[in-house]
Amino acid sequence: MAQEESTRSSVFADVEEVSSSDEINKWARTARLWRETLKEHWSLLTDELSVRLSMLMVAFFVLVAIFAPFLAPNPPLERQYQTEDQILIEKWAEPSIVGGDSGYLLGTTAEGFDIFSQLIFGTRAALLVGIIAAVFTAGIGTMVGLVAGYYGGTVDDALMRLVDFLYGMPLLPTVIILVALLGPSLWNIILAVIILQWRATARVIRSQALSLRERPFVKAAQVAGASDWHIISRHLAPNVLPMSFLYGSFAIAWAILTEAGVSFIGLGDPNTVSWGTMLQASRAYSALSFGAWWWFVPPGICIGLLVISGFLIGRGYEEITNPKLQ
Amino acid sequence: MSHTTHDDALLQVRNLEKHFKVDAGWIASILQSVSGDDPDYVHAVDGVSFDLRRGETLGLAGESGCGKTTTGMSLVKLHEPTGGDIHYNGQSLNDATDAELKEFRQNAQMIFQDPFESLNPRMTVYDTVAEPLRIHNITNETARVQRALEFAELLPAEQYFDQYPHELSGGQRQRVAIARALVLDPDFIVADEPVSMLDVSLRAGVLSLLERMTDEFGLSVVYISHDLSLLRHMCDRLAIMYMGKIVEKGPTDQIIENPQHPYTQALINAVPVPEPNVGRERVELAGEVGDVIDIPSGCRFKSRCPDYIGDVCDQVVPPLEEKAHVEGEQAVACHLYESVDGTDPAEAFRQGQSVSASGDGPESTPADD
Repeated sequence: MAQEESTRSSVFADVEEVSSSDEINKWARTARLWRETLKEHWSLLTDELSVRLSMLMVAFFVLVAIFAPFLAPNPPLERQYQTEDQILIEKWAEPSIVGGDSGYLLGTTAEGFDIFSQLIFGTRAALLVGIIAAVFTAGIGTMVGLVAGYYGGTVDDALMRLVDFLYGMPLLPTVIILVALLGPSLWNIILAVIILQWRATARVIRSQALSLRERPFVKAAQVAGASDWHIISRHLAPNVLPMSFLYGSFAIAWAILTEAGVSFIGLGDPNTVSWGTMLQASRAYSALSFGAWWWFVPPGICIGLLVISGFLIGRGYEEITNPKLQ
Repeated sequence: MSHTTHDDALLQVRNLEKHFKVDAGWIASILQSVSGDDPDYVHAVDGVSFDLRRGETLGLAGESGCGKTTTGMSLVKLHEPTGGDIHYNGQSLNDATDAELKEFRQNAQMIFQDPFESLNPRMTVYDTVAEPLRIHNITNETARVQRALEFAELLPAEQYFDQYPHELSGGQRQRVAIARALVLDPDFIVADEPVSMLDVSLRAGVLSLLERMTDEFGLSVVYISHDLSLLRHMCDRLAIMYMGKIVEKGPTDQIIENPQHPYTQALINAVPVPEPNVGRERVELAGEVGDVIDIPSGCRFKSRCPDYIGDVCDQVVPPLEEKAHVEGEQAVACHLYESVDGTDPAEAFRQGQSVSASGDGPESTPADD
């Protein structure tokens, strides 16, 4: 090299002659790197017993939700018996699991619905609310946070004042207004949860983006002439992704709790079975005072198990994103 | 101001200014717009001019906060200058088109101080080095990345392709950063304290790599450092900065052997000599760097200067000019010396004062307006 002319020799002068046959296969390489990263995260995540148990629990509920029509002995909203005049239901059946002779595993409701079937179909509603709300919460929050944090200035001010405004909106009045405007349905509850949940994710991701954009590797990309979109997608997003996964997993649990709570106060979808609507019906028929524990205890246990599993998985993931917690 | 413009100047920096607005919050800015006050500015770089010639290494020295890093970042367009201009190959960057700016981006690269921060922790070595090539749609990616890594003495290069920054040592990371800067085959590189964060044992290796880079590539390099012994070793020419201005510039040996500006003298005296018997007259600077928001009038160094000579320092901004008693192209911004055309600034100031009693010197620019 040194004997070349001193004016402007280039180390890459002969690089064009190198055959491009050994060009690395980009897609295969990217896929392999992703596999390795996911594998590493997976092994870190499943390191802990509580996380493994929580994942088994979630997997169990997912399977139940998928195969609900095969597992449930009866349609969830079909009356199993009726009085002669088809109006009044006098008595609920006791569960056969504790020796009742009704033939229904968890008995029936005062309306004559099979509780076991309702419980199984309720899993669908819970997971639907949880997963859709989590995906949108994490997605919207991450995108808004990245844009606000990276561009700063007026964009940041506008988006963060919107977040401040949303922080001022209380949950129940918002749901009541949405349901009054759009009618009671599971989708409106999901919508309300999304509207009110992405604000926290956006705040956290923005603060991360604010510190990331000042890091020298972002400056290096700017010096190389990278576009804003390139920097946001290649440099900022991969570094905040663990944090948005974390907020997504917490959002699952919050969304399920919110749906149960909203349904319990009677704003749920009357045509969908969810654990929250089951609790609401049991309260309406005073199941507690009649000692009909099989009506309200099973949905309560299911809500508790799924929510606790969601939080434990999020907690386990938090230790990946923040090694100081380990 | 006399600028010897060379035909082989790759980069001509003319009166570059970068002022940062002091953000006092929106309430304060509303109050300011109501009361008509001007917002405060930090004068990080305040009128800096120099040439960077082809194949030359230029050192920017000065203490922390003197604006050397801001100058370096302005050179690669990380900052939009608030005043002055940079000419690249004779083309002004202020009114460059997008295509011209893209070409400039291909030819201007930067090496950062902290190798632990300058590499994306979630990108492999290969992706980091290949990124500039992808941005500029340059073909033959793999061969170029391999060549750049080999040049940076990361051998065998394939072994490093899939490694993440946290798997590398500090020296290896800085080599990756150098490979990334070189992969586009740039015209010039700004190296901001390239070895100050490395272990002393690793510095020599990285420095010899940087030296090889300038020798074999024929690159122009701007070194930013506070370490004068390093700059003496690496650079052809030096520019000493103080509070956003160049106080002295010229060939390295001349400045180190024969510093003229009191600030340069103090800096050079602060470099330790590895010889116990060498006694040296030490000039210790009193006080701190002045206020970069309310720039003092006259010479910015006056409050710390051991050779303060009175009113002329207090009121007249010393121009950066070649002085009568110094040979070569060394330029100094100080009132102690006669300029090359024979005017003694202190004498001229006294005469100017007696002619017009109104007082302000010819060069005086009240900076805090």
